[in-house]
Amino acid sequence: MSENRMTAFVAGVGARGKGFLLYVGGMGCLLKESLYHFFRMVFRLESTSGSGSRNLFTQMVRVGVRSLPIVFLVLFFVGMILAFQMAYVLRDWGALDLVAATVGVSMVRELGPLLTAIVLTGFAGASIAAEIGTMVVGEEILALETSALNPVRFLVMPRVIACIVMVFCLTMLANIVGILGGFTISVTVLGLNPESYYKTTVDYLKMQDLITGLIKSIGFGGLIALIACQEGLRVSGGAEGVGKATTRSVVYGIVAIITTDLFFSWIFFKVL
Amino acid sequence: MTEPVEETAATTDATGSAPEVEATVATTTADAGPEPIIRVEDIGIDFQGRTVLDKIHMNIYHGETAVIMGGSGCGKSTLLRLIVGAYRPSRGRILLFNEDITDLDDKEMDRLRLRFGILFQSGALYNSMTVGENVALPMREHTDLADDIIEIMVKMKLELVGLRDFGDLMPAQISGGMKKRVGLARAIALDPEIIFYDEPSAGLDPIVAGVVDMLIMDLSKKLGVTSVVVTHDMHSAFKIADRMFMLYQGNVIAEGTPDEIRNSTDPAVQQFITGAPDGPIPLRMSKTDFAKDLMGE
Repeated sequence: MSENRMTAFVAGVGARGKGFLLYVGGMGCLLKESLYHFFRMVFRLESTSGSGSRNLFTQMVRVGVRSLPIVFLVLFFVGMILAFQMAYVLRDWGALDLVAATVGVSMVRELGPLLTAIVLTGFAGASIAAEIGTMVVGEEILALETSALNPVRFLVMPRVIACIVMVFCLTMLANIVGILGGFTISVTVLGLNPESYYKTTVDYLKMQDLITGLIKSIGFGGLIALIACQEGLRVSGGAEGVGKATTRSVVYGIVAIITTDLFFSWIFFKVL
Repeated sequence: MTEPVEETAATTDATGSAPEVEATVATTTADAGPEPIIRVEDIGIDFQGRTVLDKIHMNIYHGETAVIMGGSGCGKSTLLRLIVGAYRPSRGRILLFNEDITDLDDKEMDRLRLRFGILFQSGALYNSMTVGENVALPMREHTDLADDIIEIMVKMKLELVGLRDFGDLMPAQISGGMKKRVGLARAIALDPEIIFYDEPSAGLDPIVAGVVDMLIMDLSKKLGVTSVVVTHDMHSAFKIADRMFMLYQGNVIAEGTPDEIRNSTDPAVQQFITGAPDGPIPLRMSKTDFAKDLMGE
């Protein structure tokens, strides 16, 4: 490699590294400001706490309630698939009844939080990025700023808090629906006894499985909203820019969720 | 063309406050006013190494309608964004209400922002809210008024722009001209002292453009507000202006009353007024030779 190409390579790596740090720093600032405005709203330190809670409620409905059917459908089917795949291995060992344990533990520790977050990245993350990006293009963000309305308080905070709360709640429901999917296949196709399925699930599931999964879901919810809001606010270049921001918010969101999941799993494996 | 002006005068007379308003305008226009409400001092701004505006100096006085005009890309919208604090200048300073906004932090700037309103080129209505909610938002967020009072205020503001019955519609359900009028109602929601207009007649048919011009003059005369209008529509500019500034290549090349601008001997100003396709302001922006470019040289 010639000296020039080497310099260009090092400069390229440096620029990307700097860009990554600025991106993460930007997300950190958005999170800090969102939490600041959230606590001011909760403790009624702002005269506009009423409209803030209305905004938050609207976003919770949008993120959580409207995505319920698709989250339930995906998790129910994944629970069913998991039961089939586990049965394929376990029946050779004569341990078919352990399908309940594997479905329960993998759903609550990993698949419930992860798949709920991934579905919401496509469902809520993309729409948040597109909505805020369109507002940037339509000068709505500039209009907010010049009307002395902070876009973070007005737009980002409700979306971040709604995503954190609703991913947490949806994960709890998704865990139940996923286990029900496994239960349905185990009872109807695999011929397992419903009562023993229930008992095995309860016996093998520990509180720490549930807690670690739910802690992860809080992080995932925050990541989805922060990436989507940041992408939306950075839009430039009209409709094309909005399209790119939407795609990036989904791609970056999924990569960030999987990376964070690995990080969490490593920590929980070491600590718990 | 003169009808809206006459109508405005008649309405102003009817309110009974005409002598007072006229007196205010008369004593504060141009160089008669003691302190400019907006003072732009030798500002310049660079974007990615390119100088967009340089050595701009202008004073705008209480109660007057100042028009900033110039061709597309001459930096007039950038100048407007600088004055309202959306951008920070690379050089110079801007005084709004006698406060240097280049030194202010966000909180202090927000305090000043409550004293002016902006009508954006597209209206910039919040698409997730109804027309009424758009107009109500500044009042809900910045005042302690009860909801029923705000509702009455919204109707009054919408009535001023002739759209009282449209409060429940979404922005997507109304036309471009109506969006601008709602944008104007929102801009005046907090009774500002200055209203900034970014290309108020762009993209509108002549009738709606005339209505918007009439509204600008009406607000100026009825409420005594200072108006700063950025436009390239000469017809509208001469109709509404008390004073005009002409921007070209990032500098103010002419300043004066509409008559002074009309009689200017500057060829660039004359070309802009007459709309001649070629002159000091070139039609062709390409710097390379056309024939050589075609031959691939």
